[in-house]
Amino acid sequence: MDALDLARWQFGIVTVYHFLFVPLTIGLSFLVALMQTAWYRTGDPKFLKMTKFWGKLFLINFAMGVVTGIVQEFQFGMNWSAYSRFVGDVFGAPLAIEALVAFFLEATFIGLWIFGWDRLPKGIHLACIWLVAISTNLSAFFILAANSWMQHPVGFEINPERGRAELTSLWAVLNNSTNQVAYPHVATAAFLTAAAFIIGISAWHLHRRQHTEVMRESMKMGFVVALIFGVGVTVSGDLQAKVMTEQQPMKMAAAEAIWDTQAPASFSVFTVGTPDGQSELFSVRVPYLLSFMATGDPNGEVEGIRDIQRESEEQFGPGDYRPIIPVTYWTFRYMIGFGAVTAALALLGLIMMRGGRNPAEKRWFYLAALWTIPFPLIANSFGWVFTEMGRQPWVVYSQMFTADGVSPLVGPWMVATSLTVLTLLYLVLAVVEVGLIVRYVKAGPPEDDASGPIEPPERDAGARPDDERERPLTFAY
Amino acid sequence: MTLAEFWFVLVGFLFAGYFLLEGFDFGVGMLLPALGRDDTGRRVMINTIGPVWDMNETWLIVAGASLFAAFPYWYATLFSGFYLPLLLILVALILRGVAFEYRGKVDDPVWRQRWDIAIVAGSVVPALLWGVAFANILRGVPINANGDFTGNLFTLLNPYGLLGGLATVVLFATYGAIFVALKTVGDIRYEARALAAKIGVVAVVLGAGFLVWTQLQHGDLGSLVLSVLTAVALVAGLAANAREREGWAFGLVAAAVVGLVATLFVALFPDVMPSTTDPAYSLTVENASSTPKTLAVMSWIAAFGLPVVLLYQGWTYWVFRKRIGRHSIPTSPQHGAAPVAGS
Repeated sequence: MDALDLARWQFGIVTVYHFLFVPLTIGLSFLVALMQTAWYRTGDPKFLKMTKFWGKLFLINFAMGVVTGIVQEFQFGMNWSAYSRFVGDVFGAPLAIEALVAFFLEATFIGLWIFGWDRLPKGIHLACIWLVAISTNLSAFFILAANSWMQHPVGFEINPERGRAELTSLWAVLNNSTNQVAYPHVATAAFLTAAAFIIGISAWHLHRRQHTEVMRESMKMGFVVALIFGVGVTVSGDLQAKVMTEQQPMKMAAAEAIWDTQAPASFSVFTVGTPDGQSELFSVRVPYLLSFMATGDPNGEVEGIRDIQRESEEQFGPGDYRPIIPVTYWTFRYMIGFGAVTAALALLGLIMMRGGRNPAEKRWFYLAALWTIPFPLIANSFGWVFTEMGRQPWVVYSQMFTADGVSPLVGPWMVATSLTVLTLLYLVLAVVEVGLIVRYVKAGPPEDDASGPIEPPERDAGARPDDERERPLTFAY
Repeated sequence: MTLAEFWFVLVGFLFAGYFLLEGFDFGVGMLLPALGRDDTGRRVMINTIGPVWDMNETWLIVAGASLFAAFPYWYATLFSGFYLPLLLILVALILRGVAFEYRGKVDDPVWRQRWDIAIVAGSVVPALLWGVAFANILRGVPINANGDFTGNLFTLLNPYGLLGGLATVVLFATYGAIFVALKTVGDIRYEARALAAKIGVVAVVLGAGFLVWTQLQHGDLGSLVLSVLTAVALVAGLAANAREREGWAFGLVAAAVVGLVATLFVALFPDVMPSTTDPAYSLTVENASSTPKTLAVMSWIAAFGLPVVLLYQGWTYWVFRKRIGRHSIPTSPQHGAAPVAGS
């Protein structure tokens, strides 16, 4: 493998890994803020226990999202210096705005929220978690504005002398039609992810008939959120497909592996094809569906890979403009499938919960809920792999090839070193993180007084007269 | 002043802010075994920075992203050129950040000891390597006509770079000790003061050596004035520490940290990464920057955004202004951290 392949593997691994934590952070921050708001409004200790229990799991996850995020910013310069030089004038702006506006807010108010229990007035403390929730969404918006620019570059012109893209309108970059559908799709998927997490864990406790008050409330919240955002992620995904068909026709054709232009076009649920992927032996199909997904018209024409390849050669010169078709075909299906199963489980659970019944009493439902926890994470990962692999061979669609973006003088062994080091580190941290999550899930919500007994301060031997005497911190690392 | 020059100042401000804030975090982390005799002592230290370490570290993210947006060529050459040191910094910061959050999550001495190692290493390594990196930026590195770094890891490990790294390590250690003295009560406060006095002497020697070398090789009048001010602030800070004036000691050493960054940036200007291969290949404020259009838009955003950030971060320090001590540490482990029966 050369440095290009290694750098691509590294980008894929560290980005997908980072994005395991991000959606949970986005979704859970909001849901924990809602729980705390319920406690603030009603004073019901049930909601405080919910806030503390889910809040702790949220923080275990949050830490990983923060530290793996630094790699994201650094690796553009490290592995993709030619890309950075080409796009920096345009692409750097949303990243810098994200850092200044969103990350500062998030990092500051998360500290205030963690350490602010019993130290800040209740209303201010509640505002802290809301600011964290808002900032996670702001940061998602700006990072997706940056990514949308790679999918559909706008608001720039090429300076041939400098060989770079130069900003003409930041508003156009932030208001990119691609981001108008990409951001809602990612945000709704994040809420679905958090909801599945809550459903599965609540089911674990409810199956054991413990902490029923807290877990029942949590599970109901999970079902409702999963259902609302399950619909949201479908609608936004549908809108995104139409934008994608218009802006990146090759990606849509590759998602369906449709080689020849068709009208109407059917959607294949799965296909068995020849090894070269160019002709199919057997498939299960839904007629008109692809036409509808791509164009909004059941008889609409969907362009095939061969035609788009020919047009691309005319437009951009000779070359292979096809992504790896089996990858785009299957990731597209897995994304939809894993997401749909999650939403379906929520609908089923909500029905089974009517009349005060406990759906987790049924062993099959409990197991299904538990196994569904990773489903949205898998769907998210496949979604990213699809949209990034589907853009290939471009790194910036129609402007720069991925192969031209890699750092020219960073040797393969250097990329291999960082790929190995980061992958091993990430594996170890994944084990640690999952272990902690399991531990704190099993521990359940805190009993009764969530802040714990307050013990009188002890005088230590070396105390001097100027020492301040205070009770212990409610929370300390 | 051109917009590019303004952004050079702003990037300098952001890195100064980063070292001003995370400098003492690094110091606290490094001194964990030296000042934290037992677990409670170490927890006192960690909790002095507990609520703020994340926002302090975010200054690096903002500085890095601003570098990308305002000086893409500088960002590209620096990050691809200083590849392995940056990888080490990343690994260190990842381990350190997770360590703060996870250390208290399991009530087990072996678990805590492992995270303590991560905190110490995760603090020493970036403190050292940032010093090495900035010294080398100023010293100049081999850069070809395309703007790519043509050296290797050993190019960076030259005496000047290593001296810069050692100087930042001991400077941050001193700074961290003074911060602990400022934020704690009990024995640890006095031990931290005494330790700051000892390490401070080394910091003065190495810092002065580094500043003199910088001035002789790369200096101008501006950097001379700043070097002198930096050295004076450091010495005065240590004098204040000796007189048990903790607030003054902290403020003056903080000024020395900012002064050091300012000295390096002033000495660097108008280059941003000089090339030792051929001065014509040097990256400068003008040739490495983004277009005036981008810089103007970004200036507006920074002008509105940064003051708000400074306000709420200042407020956060005010919220957590109280000293803490051994009595502040809860005696019972976090709910869920105690050993689980049957596991």
